[in-house]
Amino acid sequence: MSSDLAIETHELRKRFGAKDAVSGLTLAVPRGSICGFLGSNGAGKTTTLKMLMGMTKVSGGEGRALGLQIADARQSTEIRRRTGFVSEDKRFPWSITVGELLRFTRAFYPGWRPALAERYLNAFRLPPRASAGRLSKGLRSRLALLLALARGAELLLLDEPTEGLDPSMIEEALQALVSLVAEQGTTVFFSSHQLANVEQIADHVCIIDQGRAVVSDSLDELKARYRRVRLVFEGDPPPGGFEGARRDGRTLSLLASRNVDEIVARAKAMKARSVDVQPVTLKDIFLECSKGASS
Amino acid sequence: MFFPPNPSSGVPVYRQLIEQIRHAIETGALRAGEQLPGTRKVAEDLVMNPNTVAKAYQELEHQGVIEMRKGLGAFVAPEGRKGGDLVQKAQPVLRAAMDRMVGIGLSEEQMRRLFESEVIRLRQEPRRE
Repeated sequence: MSSDLAIETHELRKRFGAKDAVSGLTLAVPRGSICGFLGSNGAGKTTTLKMLMGMTKVSGGEGRALGLQIADARQSTEIRRRTGFVSEDKRFPWSITVGELLRFTRAFYPGWRPALAERYLNAFRLPPRASAGRLSKGLRSRLALLLALARGAELLLLDEPTEGLDPSMIEEALQALVSLVAEQGTTVFFSSHQLANVEQIADHVCIIDQGRAVVSDSLDELKARYRRVRLVFEGDPPPGGFEGARRDGRTLSLLASRNVDEIVARAKAMKARSVDVQPVTLKDIFLECSKGASS
Repeated sequence: MFFPPNPSSGVPVYRQLIEQIRHAIETGALRAGEQLPGTRKVAEDLVMNPNTVAKAYQELEHQGVIEMRKGLGAFVAPEGRKGGDLVQKAQPVLRAAMDRMVGIGLSEEQMRRLFESEVIRLRQEPRRE
């Protein structure tokens, strides 16, 4: 296993009763990258993050975070020490204020960065004297993110970090992540349903579908590989020949990866009247790759 | 100095940034020998991935458009304007074609789409002659 990778899993598996939540997940996240972790609801994102954090037991396969085995108790402790985590529920105790929570958390982490905490307390407009548990959903998301950012962690594992935030706060949160990566070479692995956020700051993307990684690649590489192809014929399009193509009158459209040239050549041989090749967005790729969960 | 790239345009973000920087040099907004903003500043200002900014700078260095000076940052290369001359030569060709497209009645959006798909075609069907 390579030391250039912050996260590496091989055939990772988590079984709940008779059902696999994660069923043979293989992915690789380079150090210093911002990696978007995408998948439909119930695809296995939260379970994967919890396994990486040692919060739920691995049922099979193997995984490493920061080069350490996630299934080994001692190494898992070391992973948690060096990793900032934002959980899905973002719950805090009622009996403690935001300011007290910051002072409390700070005591556990020698790498804590007070200046950074102060900066984001203001930027995220967090009220220091309010009860942490009684904050609105958006404020709790911001507080959770602040706690993860200020720890001086090498790796951030974030489960829906921008959940419940308005557009200007999302931009603020994304900027905080970008800034941390630029400054310290931190690796960020975050799940999100907001494809636009992922597309904006990620350089890597993992798409999980039914517990398996269907895509784990650099975003530039994905965009270079996929093309939307639209073929217009004189009459009815010839039956068959183009796998996965959608037919609409005289038009066939499909999402192609790698074999674009071949499709174009074949379409010309079939006397297509017009052949249009367009670049794709992350949304196109996501919808194509995460069909399993909805069917 | 630069404006945020459009992440969902389909064109990789690093390539959009390269185009912006090339354009800034071609139009004289950035001149030979002048310093470019650091990758971290660009990443923070435009809220984009710092590795992507670094990738754009590396590619521009490889193309000889900018120079990386150790510990100092990125500067526009002395020959960085060469591309500018070519672009200035090509501009009337494109302008004439676009004037005719406007005459036919194409919208701005249609022209942009046509141009993008022709660029992709060029990349995928290397000229055979």
